[in-house]
Amino acid sequence: MTAATITATRPATPAARRTASWATTAIEVAKRTLKQFFRTPQVLMMGTVQGALFLFMFRYVFGGAINPGGAIRYVDFLVPGFLTTVILWTGMGSASGVAEDANSGLYDRLRSLPVPRSAVMFGRSLADAGLVAWGVLTTAIIGYLVGFRTHGGLAAVVLAYALIVVFGWAVAWVFIVMGLVSKNAQAAQGLSMLIIPFSFVSSANVPIRSMPGWMQPFAANQPITVMINAVRCLMQGGPAPVGIEHTTSYWVVLALGWSALITAVFMTLSTRRFGRRR
Amino acid sequence: MTDIIEARGLTKHYGATHALDGLDLTARSGQLTALLGPNGAGKTTFVSAVATLLRPTAGTLRVAGIDAIAEPHLVRQVIGLAGQYASVEPAMSGRENLVMVGRLFGLDAAEARRAADAVLETLHLTDARDRLVREYSGGMRRRLDLGASLVGRPKLLLLDEPTTGLDPGSRLDLWEAIRALVADGTDVLMTTQYLEEADQLARDVVIIDHGKVIAAGSPDQLKAEAGRDVIEVRPRSAADTEVVERILGEVAGAEVRRDPLTNTVVAGVDGSRQLAETVRRLDDAGVHVDDIALRRPTLDEVFLILTGHRAADPAPSAPPTRRTSGGHR
Repeated sequence: MTAATITATRPATPAARRTASWATTAIEVAKRTLKQFFRTPQVLMMGTVQGALFLFMFRYVFGGAINPGGAIRYVDFLVPGFLTTVILWTGMGSASGVAEDANSGLYDRLRSLPVPRSAVMFGRSLADAGLVAWGVLTTAIIGYLVGFRTHGGLAAVVLAYALIVVFGWAVAWVFIVMGLVSKNAQAAQGLSMLIIPFSFVSSANVPIRSMPGWMQPFAANQPITVMINAVRCLMQGGPAPVGIEHTTSYWVVLALGWSALITAVFMTLSTRRFGRRR
Repeated sequence: MTDIIEARGLTKHYGATHALDGLDLTARSGQLTALLGPNGAGKTTFVSAVATLLRPTAGTLRVAGIDAIAEPHLVRQVIGLAGQYASVEPAMSGRENLVMVGRLFGLDAAEARRAADAVLETLHLTDARDRLVREYSGGMRRRLDLGASLVGRPKLLLLDEPTTGLDPGSRLDLWEAIRALVADGTDVLMTTQYLEEADQLARDVVIIDHGKVIAAGSPDQLKAEAGRDVIEVRPRSAADTEVVERILGEVAGAEVRRDPLTNTVVAGVDGSRQLAETVRRLDDAGVHVDDIALRRPTLDEVFLILTGHRAADPAPSAPPTRRTSGGHR
């Protein structure tokens, strides 16, 4: 009797159960993060205002004292670098977001569901790439308003924007790992401060030859500089106008190589960390 | 009746910490089993093991007949988990939250919406379904969180302290929802720190401490074992404490316990008859008391009576200062 009642009220027997596909899992997780971001106006506004303030500062306060070299105006040198470092500043929010999700019990619930675990962090990284795209869009609008102009062909400029999002997706994996290994959002925020040297000791805001000799090898070869150089060459018509060596394709290929390496290492780390049974 | 959870010698060590220390537990199908214990007893660790979130150091664990250590992915298809924190997304509506979990359970979009609406209806959240969860009250969030664990129609529902931090009204609402689920055929394993909660909801109660089961049975059996009530006496003069201890010990026929901070003597008894006798004998002995009371044992005292040691031995979960106010109940 009891058995009959239970069968009637619970048609989903274990045999009939399915599991969510890899794509569905990734998409659902990504949707959640994007909704969380776009439905929290404070976060949305703060990021944009912060970006605008920094851009104003470099453009109008420091800009007059900086000679970018090459043949371009400082604002045309600055904005491509600024757009690229958006991937780092957006990432800081991702690290604390991931730590918060881990603490809130959300990840425990996801781990208890019949979903492919590797898809969960992949979904998060997709959302982070979306957030980078949003950050680049708002920064670019402000950039054009303060006088930024591109000098590359249209195709090259479009490619440059696309590359920033790809770099952003790669770098997102680093921040996801930071979030997963941190005890809470504050710790994740602290850990993600490590990116500041990568943002400032780069070719983003000033030409590298203006830095002291001991700093230059790191500044010139670290991945963010490589990505900035690729974006800058594409946007401003090659390496000569922006005052660097090699060719545009050299920088693009090297930047993609770095992205692939970063993605491979940190995607593996984050998937392991998330899937680990404590 | 079959067993939904069967743990044998389950052990989990984190370095020198033995979160689970050879735990043997059987939870029967068709009912709610409560796991009762103080903070740090290993309740959450056990739930995490059943939810396949951790890998035990030793022992065996079967969930719905499935080896949870070897085949965690199969266990995940039959369980639902609602943790200590409401892990629903504040920036999504109640319905969006449940649809998301439904999709993750492998339902297609239409099925997920239907399942979400059905759960919202059951939990009386239909009116609020399109509002963002950040506008929900704490009680509504917990109910939605419970709902999220139900969308996949689990065979076994795991509830880790589902009512901790809720106001009494919301707690009653959640109790009602949990009772309805059990009546509908869902097996439930629920952890709690509250004796009353276990009493209200559980057919079987398992008391654990330091990662081991120290007592198991129906709420009535456990209370009978522990003595139904306690008498608490606070003599006016500390000099009388020894006399009080002797009298209470004789009346209760059991060990008495003395709290030196509040100068209170406590013993487990069977009923009100011993209260009258205690009063009479104290009076005969000429002992003046500030306070004498017959009351239900706290979880702490059930522990003490069953195990002979305090529930929260080294842990700070039961600070002695709390007993000061307890004396006036």
